Amino acid sequence: MSENRQEINRNLAQMLKGGVIMDVTTPEQAKIAEAAGAAAVMALERIPADIRAAGGVSRMSDPAMIKGIQDAVSIPVMAKCRIGHIAEARVLEAIGIDYIDESEVLSPADDLYHIDKNKFRAPFVCGARDLGEALRRIGEGAAMIRTKGEPGTGDVVQAVRHLRKMQSEIRRIAALREDEIFEAAKQLAAPLDLVKYVHDNGKLPVVNFAAGGVATPADAALMMELGAEGVFVGSGIFKSGDPAKRAAAIVRATADWQDAKLVAELSANLGAAMVGINATEIQLIMEERGK
Amino acid sequence: MRVAVPAVQGAFAEQIAYFKAAGADAFEVRNLRDWENARADALVLPGGESTVQRKLIRSTGLFEPLEEAIARGMPVFATCAGAILLARKIEGEEPFFGALDIEIRRNGYGRQNESFSTSCTVWGIDDFPATFIRAPTISAIGKDVEVVARCNGMPTGVKCARIIALAWHPELSRDLRLGRKFLEMAAG
Repeated sequence: MSENRQEINRNLAQMLKGGVIMDVTTPEQAKIAEAAGAAAVMALERIPADIRAAGGVSRMSDPAMIKGIQDAVSIPVMAKCRIGHIAEARVLEAIGIDYIDESEVLSPADDLYHIDKNKFRAPFVCGARDLGEALRRIGEGAAMIRTKGEPGTGDVVQAVRHLRKMQSEIRRIAALREDEIFEAAKQLAAPLDLVKYVHDNGKLPVVNFAAGGVATPADAALMMELGAEGVFVGSGIFKSGDPAKRAAAIVRATADWQDAKLVAELSANLGAAMVGINATEIQLIMEERGK
Repeated sequence: MRVAVPAVQGAFAEQIAYFKAAGADAFEVRNLRDWENARADALVLPGGESTVQRKLIRSTGLFEPLEEAIARGMPVFATCAGAILLARKIEGEEPFFGALDIEIRRNGYGRQNESFSTSCTVWGIDDFPATFIRAPTISAIGKDVEVVARCNGMPTGVKCARIIALAWHPELSRDLRLGRKFLEMAAG
């Protein structure tokens, strides 16, 4: 992939900033998400909460189902492939997907190697729990980063932890003396040129969204407060009582997250939130997938 | 020159940085209160997802004052989604501000696979770096509208009165000429 292509792919994520990317499983849900103000949709067969409940191996979605969603909306459509599954990624690229999520929500296909995303024309977004992981994924060609969170739980604790950790590591790297960067790159197990970029610019070279457990307008506002540039909402919308209303409220809260009075209004009378499950009560820890 | 950038969604931070570098006092406008305190001399409509921006510009209450400012002749610089919001006609959708007599087609080039960067001819100068991200195409142009930018023969930027609208993103480059040109026009 040319440097130019990488830049163009990073640019698309810049256009999504301040927006909400919503998981959808049908063209109807995609239309509800678009009408509510989603900046993009993630097409998948089952939302993470159902993947978690169903157990078993979880794979890339049926391309016909993804195409149905591409035809239903005018906003960008993303889809997930398994970690390390080069062939699934190629299939998604072949059907013209706008962003590929190499995702820990699906069962990993490779327990050692991620996809060499530099070899693709399509952009990739990848999950990360800390700065080292984010920079490793960017080194492999990811054009956008999101926190991993713990998908399908409705519990934001991991997303908060990952976001805080990443931001505090970025601040630490930015404060280093120049001759300390080499040791920092070693400790982070991250490419030196990317650690230098973080040192010089005080931020990641790509856009960073929050993901995992966001279920309410206040959750979205919390993510923005902690430095996310936008949010993914997975199970939180279509596992709730009134998806259209909740989706629109989360969109508005993400855009104007500093206005607490507004977030209060947006949080009122939204109906039942997804019930969720505390991240400490679960058996399968998806965030551990891929390092 | 005070340049207001509605900051509801998209690449508004990039536009603020671009216009600051070009010498303006550029700032975010997130809500009605910000707008009322702004005393803006010019308006910049950033890139992003137009479907999201139109929804949020309405729900924040910014639609009416912005529409009025544009109608009064406030200078406007719009890129990509911003150009869509200004167009008199949007294929398959209701217009939004409808203040610029062009017809536009969203995602006219296709999906991200068809996004590209090239160089554009602007006011006869042919080396402007231009990035097109799921960009719109301009399918018809009104009689009072001047085509100021072309890429590969296609019109990609227009000017009408004090409005400049582009299908691409000068703010993603370090080339400040267009921003400066707009500020000169706005000051004049």
